[in-house]
Amino acid sequence: MESRVQHLHVAIKLMLSITLLLPQASFAATDPDELELEPLVIREDDRRQVDVDQIDSEDFEIGAYGGIMSIEDFGSDTVVGVRAAYHVTEDFFIEGVYGQSTLGETSFETLSGGARLLTDEERDFTYYNLSVGVNLFPGESFLARRWAWRGGLYLIGGIGSSEFGGDELFTYNAGIGYRLAATDWLAFRFDVRDHVFSSDLLGSEETKHNLEISGGLTIFF
Amino acid sequence: MIKPRRKRMPGKLIQRLLLCASAIAAPISHAWWESYQPEVVVADPYVEMHTGPGRGYPIHHVVGQGDSVTVLKRKTSWYRVRTARGKEGWVNRDSIRDTLDLDGQPVQMDAIGFSDYGRRDWEFGMSTGDFGGAASISGYLGYSLTRNISLQVEGSQILGDFSDGYMGSANIVMHPFPQWRVSPFFTIGSGIITIKPQSTIVQAEDRTDEIVHAGLGANAYLSDRFLLRVEYKRHTVLTSRDDNEEINQWKVGFSIFM
Repeated sequence: MESRVQHLHVAIKLMLSITLLLPQASFAATDPDELELEPLVIREDDRRQVDVDQIDSEDFEIGAYGGIMSIEDFGSDTVVGVRAAYHVTEDFFIEGVYGQSTLGETSFETLSGGARLLTDEERDFTYYNLSVGVNLFPGESFLARRWAWRGGLYLIGGIGSSEFGGDELFTYNAGIGYRLAATDWLAFRFDVRDHVFSSDLLGSEETKHNLEISGGLTIFF
Repeated sequence: MIKPRRKRMPGKLIQRLLLCASAIAAPISHAWWESYQPEVVVADPYVEMHTGPGRGYPIHHVVGQGDSVTVLKRKTSWYRVRTARGKEGWVNRDSIRDTLDLDGQPVQMDAIGFSDYGRRDWEFGMSTGDFGGAASISGYLGYSLTRNISLQVEGSQILGDFSDGYMGSANIVMHPFPQWRVSPFFTIGSGIITIKPQSTIVQAEDRTDEIVHAGLGANAYLSDRFLLRVEYKRHTVLTSRDDNEEINQWKVGFSIFM
């Protein structure tokens, strides 16, 4: 009797285990991939790697400007130019600039009546420079009671070349400017810059300071 | 159930494979005209949102731990993020360096560092110096073929007391120790030089000659994407006269790598 009960017990156990195991076994047999706990693998595979390089960046700035440039001995004239900058950090940027202006008449030319020191072609003044800028005092500027734009001063200085009276001259530049950002991608720039070179065009070699004041628009991308 | 399974995964190799796969898949996962705006969960106790991409701009909002934000764009080391409630502001890279993805997995939003220097593709820079007694201003663009070899094109303007000119050249650069913070390099190249006497000098003809050069220098990693670069080159100008002209050039400048 006892053995019968035991047999029954074993039989029930066996049946139970078969009914419980069979579906899994057949599952495994027909679809072996499922046994690999696919959801886990997908979870790993699907893991979001944030690719920082893919995030839209706005480190480049390009723009145009116009203003007045005073060229020593040759009066003042309008200046126009283009600029391209790369912002390395929030504090530093590097900038390349190309601009052009015109040499006016020297006092001697005006007073003498007809004497011309330079040809028309030599009166074209062009310059380029590569400079490093430092952003200072960033903050919000309140244009009106409810209208705050981001702004900040920058100091800038660098080296370049100027075509002055037909010659290319090594030129230092240094200045200060103000950048006012209307949006993330659009900014106004106001810039005062001194371009310094040494020239012997008027006889003796002397250092010339050429002041430029300009304003312009830049876009970030 | 998850933990033992994860442990059994042959860690590093699979991770690297997955990283590679995601790196390949990432550009395909969204079209180029759609901006990539990942969503991350803040892991730090709180993150301050500024009105602008700089430490000087006022803080106008704070995001708490566990809140998710969408990263919209980056400007230098600042990210513009949008909270679930639509509030937008700029957060510093350091404050969301360790974030989580939506599944709670850690996400690294790493700063640009020295390790990126070894993996750079492009670099550009400017320099100034002395070219046989004249001042020189140079700009260059380089592309890395391998960690040790890169190709560069360079343009220089030479500004002397009596003459000025331009030089353009193509160079092969070898970096024997790219893993060093101050990494020496050797360069050989060839190009063209045009020299024009200044207008105040008695008229002389412009000359254009081929030039070959060999040089050496070093890149010093400064920070972020910045390199300081010092270089010496010895140029041989292949003149049409009997003797070739030898010119030494020294220059110092900085570069930015991508």
